[in-house]
Amino acid sequence: TKHIKTLNNLKE
Amino acid sequence: MIHKYKLGGYNICLDVHSGAVHVLDDVAYDILEYYEEKMPAEMPQNILDELSAKYDREELLETWNALLELQEHGLLFSPDDYEQFADLMTKAPIKSMCINISHDCNLRCEYCFAAKGDFGQGRCLMPLETAKKAIDFIIANSGTRRNLEVDFFGGEPLMNFDVVKKTVEYARSIEKKFNKNFRFTITTNGLLLDDEKIDYINREMNNAVLSLDGRKEVNDRLRVTPNGKGCYDTIVPKYQKLVAGRGEKDYYIRGTFTKYNLDFTNDVLHYRDLGFDQLSIEPVVSDPKLDYSIKDEDLPRVFEEYERLAQTMINSRRKGDYYNFFHFMIDLNQGPCAIKRLRGCGCGNEYVAVTPQGDIYPCHQFVGMEQFKMGNLNDSTFNNDMKLDFAKANVYSKENCRDCWAKFYCSGGCNANNFQYEGDIRKSHKTSCALEKKRLECAIMIKAALSEDSDDMECDGEDCIAPC
Repeated sequence: TKHIKTLNNLKE
Repeated sequence: MIHKYKLGGYNICLDVHSGAVHVLDDVAYDILEYYEEKMPAEMPQNILDELSAKYDREELLETWNALLELQEHGLLFSPDDYEQFADLMTKAPIKSMCINISHDCNLRCEYCFAAKGDFGQGRCLMPLETAKKAIDFIIANSGTRRNLEVDFFGGEPLMNFDVVKKTVEYARSIEKKFNKNFRFTITTNGLLLDDEKIDYINREMNNAVLSLDGRKEVNDRLRVTPNGKGCYDTIVPKYQKLVAGRGEKDYYIRGTFTKYNLDFTNDVLHYRDLGFDQLSIEPVVSDPKLDYSIKDEDLPRVFEEYERLAQTMINSRRKGDYYNFFHFMIDLNQGPCAIKRLRGCGCGNEYVAVTPQGDIYPCHQFVGMEQFKMGNLNDSTFNNDMKLDFAKANVYSKENCRDCWAKFYCSGGCNANNFQYEGDIRKSHKTSCALEKKRLECAIMIKAALSEDSDDMECDGEDCIAPC
């Protein structure tokens, strides 16, 4: 998004 | 729990319990400065007022909502659900073994944790019968595990190469019968390599770990023969020949850096100049009283060097030069499962080391510590209580680990270092922790930097992890 980029399932 | 930090021009946030990694702009980063735990649904007025001095109010509210959306999807401040697995899942069969095929060495490296080759137990070589018993032991204790790993270690394994070959032959002769698949590694100082050994290693060893500390003057200062002569000129051409014939199989050029070469980026680059691309150099772990030891006061300089190495690698990759640095390897999408991260290295539980006398220890670094002798191959003894104790030494039983942001990446650190320097396998060795955290921060930063090269900041649809 304009402010946040998520780069990448630990719970699963 | 989150961990956020600034490095290399990036604002990075790791959501510890989901594993999500976010790169934030300054607005999002500054909002998160107010929170260590869950954010409320509405942005508190005092935070809005304070940050309005720096940012536009609409932008603040927009960013707040974006962060809130991540939180609602379990990607920010996600809860810690893992302790339930800690004791239940850590007990495991033995599937990996370090065979100290030689307690003798043709080098006398100053920093050697193996007491310059014999682990303080006298110089000797493992008889073939003991090596065969080691193979029988791992098969018998591996339960339903199919992949079994054996590392030929020492001392210098090539000093007992005939037994190495016969041990591999023995394992191969019985593995199908027991539905096992052996994967062999050899760790060598390279001095005894010749064409025949190189061909054998490239044919039979899934991984080869080749010891070299970097530049000639660095390597030859501490890695010396019994008469004090350096080994660089002898081993480098042999390594180059081995690696040239390695094909797709794994190998690592592996070194140790000490206080004498805190500019170790230059040693990594020297490996590269020699034509190697699978690289590892680790900090010496030694008594702080020794001249070459890395002490707490050296840590800022080491951190600075890790940052320099990270930036150097980014620059290299952008120029199309790919090489791998072991401690910056991190797969943010498909790394080890949470259970593996709880188990850690498996020392004393999934992994044991065996000496030429047949003694069994939790790992290669415990060899010679009598209180950690787990049993013996020759009299078929094995201390399952000690195995269980190591199995339970996970991040939730280590006081300094359970609330640490790095716990799923270091998995509780090295039990041997903990014992040697803190007196308890459950007490984290502080220097090792600090170094590991720095390496992780650098590894994630490299991912952030390289992600800029592979996308244009747009959602790519299919793999999107949150609703658009």
